[in-house]
Amino acid sequence: MRPAAVTQGLVRRFGETVALGGVDLEVAEGSVVGLLGPNGAGKTTLVRVLATLLRPDEGRAEVFGRNVVTEAGAVRELIGLTGQFAAVDELLSGRENLRMFGRLFRLSRRQSALRASELLERFGLADAGDRPVKTYSGGMRRRLDLASSLIRRPRVLFLDEPTTGLDPRSRNGIWAIARELVGEGMTLLLTTQYLEEADQLADRIAVIDHGRVIAEGTGDELKDNVGGSMVEVRLEQPAERERARDVLLTLGCEEPKTADRPDELTLAAPRDGVGMVAAAARALEEAELSVRDLSLRRPTLDDVFLELTGTTAAVDGESSAEPQPAVEAPAQA
Amino acid sequence: MSDEVAAARIPGSVSAPRRFAYSVEDCIVVTGRNLRHFVRQPQLLIFSTIQPIMFVLLFAFVFGGAIESSLAPGVAYVDFLLPGIFIQAAAFRSTQTAVGLAEDLDRGVIDRFRAMPIARPAVLIGRTAADLVRNVFVTLLMAAVGYLIGFRFRSGPLDAAGAILVVLAFGFALSWIFSFVGLTVRGAEAAQSAGFVAIFPLVFASSVFVPVSTMPAGLEQFAAVSPVTVSVDAARALSIGGEVSEPLLQSIAWIVGILAIFVPLCVWRYRRMS
Repeated sequence: MRPAAVTQGLVRRFGETVALGGVDLEVAEGSVVGLLGPNGAGKTTLVRVLATLLRPDEGRAEVFGRNVVTEAGAVRELIGLTGQFAAVDELLSGRENLRMFGRLFRLSRRQSALRASELLERFGLADAGDRPVKTYSGGMRRRLDLASSLIRRPRVLFLDEPTTGLDPRSRNGIWAIARELVGEGMTLLLTTQYLEEADQLADRIAVIDHGRVIAEGTGDELKDNVGGSMVEVRLEQPAERERARDVLLTLGCEEPKTADRPDELTLAAPRDGVGMVAAAARALEEAELSVRDLSLRRPTLDDVFLELTGTTAAVDGESSAEPQPAVEAPAQA
Repeated sequence: MSDEVAAARIPGSVSAPRRFAYSVEDCIVVTGRNLRHFVRQPQLLIFSTIQPIMFVLLFAFVFGGAIESSLAPGVAYVDFLLPGIFIQAAAFRSTQTAVGLAEDLDRGVIDRFRAMPIARPAVLIGRTAADLVRNVFVTLLMAAVGYLIGFRFRSGPLDAAGAILVVLAFGFALSWIFSFVGLTVRGAEAAQSAGFVAIFPLVFASSVFVPVSTMPAGLEQFAAVSPVTVSVDAARALSIGGEVSEPLLQSIAWIVGILAIFVPLCVWRYRRMS
């Protein structure tokens, strides 16, 4: 199948900061690719290059064979973009937003009005359609933003952190819409900080850090790298940490990779399921260790990162090398 | 999904006149969106309308008595003042062009427009055109308030229309300067401050409120050639009589000059944002 989007050796710098350090990526038509990485990894920069908003310093980027720099106009006909910050007009109503975008996409007044109603209905905004967007919740804004990208069905849709900052219910709503679009055969490139999100939606995941793709594969492949589930133990007595570790090692757990809090232990578990929890609980009890909390969880982005890079991902955005788009845009001329 | 929507436009298949019609339509849609913003912010609308009226009343009554003595005999201060206030208000409002663009940049609205297949200049023209429409409204309103306190266009309706055209054209030219500011400065507040720093000295060191002949020599020289002064003088001559052609030509020269420099500069800046 021909690729919907391709980048080769893509480099983009902001002053001294290398936002993209030579990215090769391919998004097959009809597939969903998740671009997974912490803040500042270069995800947004990559999407902005593909969406013709940012020129690369080096390398090549194409959307359906059209170069994003030399054929930007043609690329814009093919793409939809929903950014990190819902770029909808606060002062207009949801319906007015959609009608405006409809007009800009060359629909007639009548078509724009029809399309607006259709999309409001589909995205669960029919009741709120005539209220100004500033009265919308975060989740509603994102849905409207997404609807705005779908006025004219794009061939490939870029979703830049579509659920960051949303509550779980709104997040599920966005996921459901994304799945629907995928079901209709739309190609998606999705950026996210959450492994779970990439896992839920993407066929393939590219892990990006410091402007480079450091791993690529399906969600399961990536998690297998980490070694399946993680056992997490929280102790009453920090002094008993060493002993607890030894007990869990005898069950087949791997050595902990980081020093967590002094009363906590996180180890890769040898297997999944209730049996593992039961075995751990029994062993810890037999060793007469007082445990405050015991859980088995799927690996997180942190775990994958730890495995891939040996350092914890800066999920909270402390090492943001990627300027916020709004600030970055005027900065480069 | 409706079929008519699903059919994607094929790039490059649109004829040149068609493309031009589309561009005009894009500009109109964006202008309409910006005009709606004025209406949707009633507080902003009310205060931005009260402000020039306040200026008319304050200056007419507070400074009127003191300044009237330095005017040509027989000229009432309110007649002298109003064309100046028109220009002053247009100049102050033009800084809002920068604020509006900076806000749209902050909120990612401009990014969305830029990632869409719409006419490139639509965002800039939509902004400046909407601000021009607002200027028409505010200028006429100020003239109406002026009429209540004794101001009259004394050279006939044609000259009156000419005076208002000068005000609007000058405001439009300034809008393009502040478009550039809005695209360059980061953040709406910075754009606002930058606007005032630029506009305050220009407006006060001019013939807006007082005849420039009352200023110290250096300042007078600066004020005499300032675009604000020549535009005020042109609008004033067209409203209350006096030498029209010289200030009018100077004003047109400034307006054309500003547009010739800043329109391309803005377009360049807008493109360079990628």
